[in-house]
Amino acid sequence: MWFRPILLGWLVLLPWGSAAAGPGEWSGYAGLELRLFQHPAALPRQSGAPELSLELQPEYYREWNQGHDSFSFVPYLRLDDRDARRSHGDIRELTWLHAARDWELRLGIRKVFWGVLESAHLVDIINQTDLVEDPDEEDKLGQPMLNLAWIRPSGTWDLFLMPLFRERSFPGPAGRLRTRLPVDSRGARYESAAGRHHLDVALRWFGSRGPLDLGLAAFHGTSREPRLLPGGSPRQPVLVPFYDLIDQVSVDAQLTLEDWLLKLEALGRAGQGRRFARAGAGFEYSFVGIGGSALDLGVIGEYLFDSRGENATTPFQHDLMTGLRLSFNDAQSTEILAGITFDRDSRERFYNLEADHRLGDRWKLRLEARLFSGFDPASPFAGLRADDYLQLELAAYF
Amino acid sequence: MKKWLLLLLPGILWVPEFLATAAPAATPAEIRGLEIAREADRRDSGWGDLQADMMMILRNRQGQTSTRYLRIRTLEVKGDGDKSLIVFDRPRDVKGTAFLSFTHATRPDDQWLYLPALKRVKRISSRNKSGPFMGSEFAYEDLSSQEVEKYHYRYLRDEPVAGHDCFVIERTPAYRHSGYTRQLVWLDKRLYQPRRIDYYDRKRSLLKTLTFRGYHVYLDRYWRADEMDMENHQSGKRTLLQWKHYRFRTGLSARDFDRNSLKRAH
Repeated sequence: MWFRPILLGWLVLLPWGSAAAGPGEWSGYAGLELRLFQHPAALPRQSGAPELSLELQPEYYREWNQGHDSFSFVPYLRLDDRDARRSHGDIRELTWLHAARDWELRLGIRKVFWGVLESAHLVDIINQTDLVEDPDEEDKLGQPMLNLAWIRPSGTWDLFLMPLFRERSFPGPAGRLRTRLPVDSRGARYESAAGRHHLDVALRWFGSRGPLDLGLAAFHGTSREPRLLPGGSPRQPVLVPFYDLIDQVSVDAQLTLEDWLLKLEALGRAGQGRRFARAGAGFEYSFVGIGGSALDLGVIGEYLFDSRGENATTPFQHDLMTGLRLSFNDAQSTEILAGITFDRDSRERFYNLEADHRLGDRWKLRLEARLFSGFDPASPFAGLRADDYLQLELAAYF
Repeated sequence: MKKWLLLLLPGILWVPEFLATAAPAATPAEIRGLEIAREADRRDSGWGDLQADMMMILRNRQGQTSTRYLRIRTLEVKGDGDKSLIVFDRPRDVKGTAFLSFTHATRPDDQWLYLPALKRVKRISSRNKSGPFMGSEFAYEDLSSQEVEKYHYRYLRDEPVAGHDCFVIERTPAYRHSGYTRQLVWLDKRLYQPRRIDYYDRKRSLLKTLTFRGYHVYLDRYWRADEMDMENHQSGKRTLLQWKHYRFRTGLSARDFDRNSLKRAH
């Protein structure tokens, strides 16, 4: 229970902050999620039955000192009927924020996003991926940190000190959407002798000039992306996550030219095997008000590159992603995002569909469909071959 | 800082996407129209900053309604368009979503959207000016700051609206991606604020009518309406915008309109 000292600290600090505070407010959502798999399970111990999950994410927020200080607390809980590893809780946020004229201090557990691309988030490195949530890697675990932002007219400098590492979550043996051999997270190993207590440091500069938004970053610390090494016993082989100490520099940029968004993310990383580079570049073109309607159509094209080639830790190394984003701009905020990712060197394909629709003022319906095709049976990601799925989620917001 | 940034990006130069072409020989009606627009702008400048709460009631053809709650902060910028930050409170699934825009008189606006679920700030295309704001009958361009340079003007006639004497001015958007070919503005002669605006779509037919109600004066000088009622004649839909708690000169600065402020918006 790594978060216990932080939590206790907060319980002491909270009343102090509350004395001059306005009333705090609770909000959040509760959702029911159903996953239907198209094919029977391909791996032992998996089940072909539909997977049902319950999600709860309340949110507490309170501010004082005319909004210059604020406190937020966002716990998260998922209960899953198939995969014990997918049933989990997390503290997504437990932060005190102080905003001054030229600087902002954030202390606690938080989520930070860096990047501009849609098909992959290459430079986004602060938070660990909560992989059991969704194979798209967009869900993140809360990261304990001290973050000091120095805000200059020319741009913002952000310093992050992260004293505690969060291990990536992986589906358990009974879960779908996993590697062929299950990952044994409990056996995780670290390059640093300090293990997960290594102090990770990141520095970022971000600024805007006319149509250009530019971010530059450097990171030294524990890689969020583990290497998966063979482990376990010959009778019960597993994969064991190994977290290297890495140095990474990155750039992310977007040029916004009316109809066109031009995007770039690139990074260089050392310390995880041989030095390597990953990059992605792409565009989004918007057709606004199609045929005189309120409908907007965005056409997305992105290309991803990994200098490690076939040894990369992701299934897609030289990929092309094309997608369409349809915004209905209606009262229900209906949106559809559809995309196909092609691997140029193999026949691997990944089809993705996401749709959102609000029902009334409090309910939201979300549909996701993901199809994997052409995966080589020998590939470490072959486990995904049978895992095409359709997901329906109904959430109530309060 | 600026210098090395330019070195990094030698190929990128900002080219204005459109040129605000001033009409060469103005007719008396155009001169009069521009004079009135300038006077309205002069009377409504110097307010500094503004904060207000908004309630948006969307009504469809069948009479079903859905309500949005928003908070808005605006900073007056001399010599350019205003900066504004809009925070969404309801519907609850978009709570905490924030929209930051730097409007510009003669070039595309800069716009950023903050998505709280992903903690992601997205710079978005400014091409959507003509698109609906939050599914309402208001387009982004209807709500953004009304700089004099955004239109060409022509004075048409005098005509009262609900007993208030008004100038009727035709204004033609200078922005080539505007959703409108022209607008007719009934400008109150006493307040120099609009009482009614008719919007004509790209096919030049009447699309919407906006009616302003309940003008109150703030800081003895600045008139603001409590209600803006937008009726779409083509779809039969309607959006009522109710403004509450107008607060002027609250001490906001550019710092309250940067990317970090987007993430802090709550």
